[in-house]
Amino acid sequence: MINAVYQLVSPRMIDVTYKEFELKADTVIVRPLRLAICKADQRYYQGLRSAETMRAKLPMALIHECVGSVVYDADGAFQPGETVIPIPNTPSTEDEVIAENYRRSSMFMSSGHDGFLQDCIFTRADRLVRLPADVNFDVAAFTELVSVAVHAVSRFDKLAHSRRGTIGVWGDGNFGFILSLLLRYLYPESEIYIFGTVDEKLSYFTFAHRTINVGAAGMAVRVDHAFECVGGAGSEIAIDNIIDLIEPEGTIALLGVAENQVGLNTRMVLEKGLRLFGSSRSGKADFEETMNIYREFEDIPRYLENLVGDVVEVRSIGDIHKAFELDIRRNFGKTILKWEK
Amino acid sequence: MVIGAIFAGGSGSRMGSSDTPKQYLMLGSKPIIVHTVEKFFVNPGIDKIIVLCPKAWISPTRDMIEKSIGKTDKVAVIEGGKTRNDTLQNALDYITAHLGMDDETVIVTHDAVRPFVTHRIISENIEAAKKYGACDTVVPSSDTIVESDNGGFISVIPERARMYQGQTPQSFNAKKIKCLFESLTAEEKNSLTDACKIFTIKGEKVRLVEGEVFNIKITWPYDLKVARVLLEGAFSDD
Repeated sequence: MINAVYQLVSPRMIDVTYKEFELKADTVIVRPLRLAICKADQRYYQGLRSAETMRAKLPMALIHECVGSVVYDADGAFQPGETVIPIPNTPSTEDEVIAENYRRSSMFMSSGHDGFLQDCIFTRADRLVRLPADVNFDVAAFTELVSVAVHAVSRFDKLAHSRRGTIGVWGDGNFGFILSLLLRYLYPESEIYIFGTVDEKLSYFTFAHRTINVGAAGMAVRVDHAFECVGGAGSEIAIDNIIDLIEPEGTIALLGVAENQVGLNTRMVLEKGLRLFGSSRSGKADFEETMNIYREFEDIPRYLENLVGDVVEVRSIGDIHKAFELDIRRNFGKTILKWEK
Repeated sequence: MVIGAIFAGGSGSRMGSSDTPKQYLMLGSKPIIVHTVEKFFVNPGIDKIIVLCPKAWISPTRDMIEKSIGKTDKVAVIEGGKTRNDTLQNALDYITAHLGMDDETVIVTHDAVRPFVTHRIISENIEAAKKYGACDTVVPSSDTIVESDNGGFISVIPERARMYQGQTPQSFNAKKIKCLFESLTAEEKNSLTDACKIFTIKGEKVRLVEGEVFNIKITWPYDLKVARVLLEGAFSDD
C-alpha cells in the first residue's frame, strides 16, 4: 500500500514522499488523530543540530508523540476504531539486562527513522498501548513525553536511597511540570520543590509544595534527591546548583539534553557521595505504566490539560509549518497538531 | 453499508509502451490496481469492495488481490462495462442483487488508476455522501481553464478561483444515484462524462471534498513515469 509521508527535507522545508508498505500479518495500521511537537523535533525543524547530523538524518518525517485510531490489524489483536498510543521505540533485539530504549540496535522514530507525520502509521501490535476511554485526545497526544517521565521516576525508584523527604525538580518547562506532577502523586509523603527561573511559569506548578526562583538570593533549602529537567545551555548551571543544595548520598537524575559538553563539580560529587544517572526516552513497560497512572490518578490527565497550548488543524503542509512556528514562540505548553491531512 | 467500487474497466489503449491495461502495470512491487484496492481494504469505513474490470482480467485480478491481502470476502471482482456509465450500472446492479440496497447504502466510486488516494479522502467521501447524498473529490485548478465551442477560438475564460479539477472518489447514496440514473433519457445518458453530472443535471447538490494534487490518475506513460518517481526509490526506466 502506498503511504504519504511528510518529511523534513532541510530546515523549515517539508515535502511529501510516498512509501510502499506491505499488509503483512504482523502489521497494524494506525491513523494519527493528534500529534505533539517535541523540542527534539524543533531542533531538526530549525536546523539547530550539527550539519553532520542534519545530513545523516534528513529527509525524515518528524514527531514521535501521537495518539491514533487503529485502522487495520490483520491479526485482530486490535479492532478498527480503537484509540491507541504508538510507541516510537522499536527494539530489534532481546536483552534481559539493557532496557529497550537504551539498546543501540533499537530504532527510534523521528531520530534517524520516519516519525509519525504520515497519512497512516505502519507499526506492530506490540508497539501499541490502548488509551483509557476518558483521556482528552490533546493530552493523549503527548503521552510519550509523560512515559519518558514515568521511565525516569521508575529508574529513580530503583536507584535512590529510601530517605525521600524532599525531592527537587530543576526546570519550569513542560517536562519539569509533568515529572513533578508524577512525583507529587507517586510519592505523597515527599515534599516536591520546583526550581526555575521564570516566576510566571513557576506559578503554574500549583500542586508543588514549594516553587523557588533560582535567581532569588539566599536559597536556604536542601533536597534529598533531584531531577534535572533543564537541558541546553542551562544544564551546567542547574547541575551546579543541584550539587550545592542536595544532601549527601543524594541521587541526581539527568534528563535535560545539552548540545555541548557540560562541566561538572566532581569534587563535591565525590565529597557528598552523590549518585548521578541519565535517563532518556522510554519503552513499552513505561507506556503501560503511564496508562495505569492515568487510570489510577484521574487528576493527572486533568492537570496535564493545562499544558495544551495551540491546537492547529492540519490539512496542508502549510499548516504543519504554522504549528512549528507557533511552537517556537511558545514559552510553556505543548503545540498539538489535529491531523486532518 | 458502504461499498467501494473500483473502476478498472479501461482497455489501456492509451498506454504507449504496452497493451496491458494501465491499472495492471507495476508501480513499486505490485500492480497499480492492488495499491488502490489496499487503500479501500484497510479503511474500516468501507464494508465491501467491488472491483469492476475487463472480463478477461477477472481471474488475474482476483489472484493479484489475494496475493497481497490474502483470502477475503470483503472484495468481489466482477465484469465492468464498455463505458464508465455501464460500469457504474454494473456496480449498482451487483449491489442490488448481492449486497442489498437500502436508504443508507453508500457507493464510493474510485478509479483503479489513482493509487495515491489517502485515508482522509476516502473517509471524508463516506462522511459527505452520508450527509449530503453525493460528493466529488476536487482540487482547486492551478491552470486557467479555457472554454472553446469550436476548438479554434476561445469562447469563455471562466474565473479561475471558481474552477476545480475533478478527481475520484465520487461517492453517492446508492439508491439516489440509481433512481436518478434510471430517470435519465438516452440522450442525457450519452452526455454523461462524469457520474456527478447525473446529480447536477437533475438539479441535485453535490458536495465538494478536498482532494490532493498527488492523487493523480495514471492515464498516460508520462503519468506512470511521475508515479514511479513519486514512489520512493522507484524510477521509470523507459
